[in-house]
Amino acid sequence: MSELNKLYKDGMWVNNPALVQLLGLCPLLAVTSTVTNALGLGLATLLVLIGSNVSVSIVRNWVPKDIRIPVFVMIIAGFVTIVQLLMNAYTFGLYQSLGIFIPLIVTNCAIIGRAEAYASKNPVHLSAFDGLMMGLGFMVVLVVLGAMREVIGQGTLFDNADLLLGPWAQSLRIEVFSFDNQFLLAILPPGAFLGLGLLIAAKNVIDAQIKSKQVAPPEAEKGPRARVTSLT
Amino acid sequence: MIISSMAKNGAILAAFALVVTGLVATIDSLTADKIAQQEQLQLMSQLHEVLDPSTYDNDLTKDCVIITDPRLGPYSDQVIYRARKNNRPVALVVRHITPNGYSGDIKLLTAILSDGTIAGVRTTKHEETPGLGDKIEVKKSQWITTFESLTVQGEDDARWAVKKDGGQFDQFTGATITPRAVVGSVKSAVLFAKNEFDRIFSAPSEQCDEVSQ
Repeated sequence: MSELNKLYKDGMWVNNPALVQLLGLCPLLAVTSTVTNALGLGLATLLVLIGSNVSVSIVRNWVPKDIRIPVFVMIIAGFVTIVQLLMNAYTFGLYQSLGIFIPLIVTNCAIIGRAEAYASKNPVHLSAFDGLMMGLGFMVVLVVLGAMREVIGQGTLFDNADLLLGPWAQSLRIEVFSFDNQFLLAILPPGAFLGLGLLIAAKNVIDAQIKSKQVAPPEAEKGPRARVTSLT
Repeated sequence: MIISSMAKNGAILAAFALVVTGLVATIDSLTADKIAQQEQLQLMSQLHEVLDPSTYDNDLTKDCVIITDPRLGPYSDQVIYRARKNNRPVALVVRHITPNGYSGDIKLLTAILSDGTIAGVRTTKHEETPGLGDKIEVKKSQWITTFESLTVQGEDDARWAVKKDGGQFDQFTGATITPRAVVGSVKSAVLFAKNEFDRIFSAPSEQCDEVSQ
């Protein structure tokens, strides 16, 4: 149980792929101009991550160490292609607005990173849960960043949600406030960098506060915890 | 020793490649029909936006020609759909592209009636600046509908320019290049359709099941 708890905390906060490992920044920064795009890419990444983690974990005892990377890459590319085909068939509008970033999930280092660092050493159920938590952690950051940029940039939330969720979702659209011209800084890529920077800063502030409230246990001498991908 | 491990690793890799390829091929064959159907639907909805479907009675997607002409943009093979009612020509729906936008090509779809007036224009693809140039999208602004029921008198028709250049079309605040490019491209597409109307309608129909954009 404590392993599950640890995976949950790692994925969502302590070792969050977007905020701490800073992996997969290219899609993260590119598609978060609206909540809908962010949610679509987040879900696609989540599915690929669970699928690849489970497959890698299943085959981990049959794959010799020397060829594990090509095998992992093949598995991940296969899953991405499948997700791409399914999105093209069932969420056509969203597929078109995400465009190149669906096939680019292959290059999201978070996925091969989890395959290598966790799934290749752990049983199937734990790997599946790790994939779920890492994927959720990535998705939550995408959605928060997407919401920030959409509200600041064009004053709406869930614009075009029907592309992802079907016609009923048109009513989800919230007009927070309206203005004649969109705020370009938030919509264009620099807004994504600024937004992500603010999110990371906020996380660090919260971490620092939590730490200062603790009754400072004698901390073992540890290096600064940046970009940790392995759980050793 | 090293040869045998190479052979073993090669065999394992090949086995994985086979399984993954098989899986992808299966999913592909399962979704191919649905994807083709989605593309067809999107094409139909684009065509319906520029031309009222009650004005014609043939299947536009099956009655089309592929034309290469500099008036439709710098690329070859633009698709033109021909709308007929009771076998009489009603309108041409022309795909055309302008490279003169602010960033990248702007792809347009224009329907021109047999009397030379415009039934509708839509932007099908562009990479203009969000918030400035993207007002050529009907989702963002109604600007593109101002073309409806206009016509072009000739190459030197001075009204076919943005207001800044002495014409009749609004430019956008902070973005003149984009509407200027669209106006110019629609103008030459209309002139093309007016001059070549009969020739295009008498040409044999071709297979043009290109992926709609």
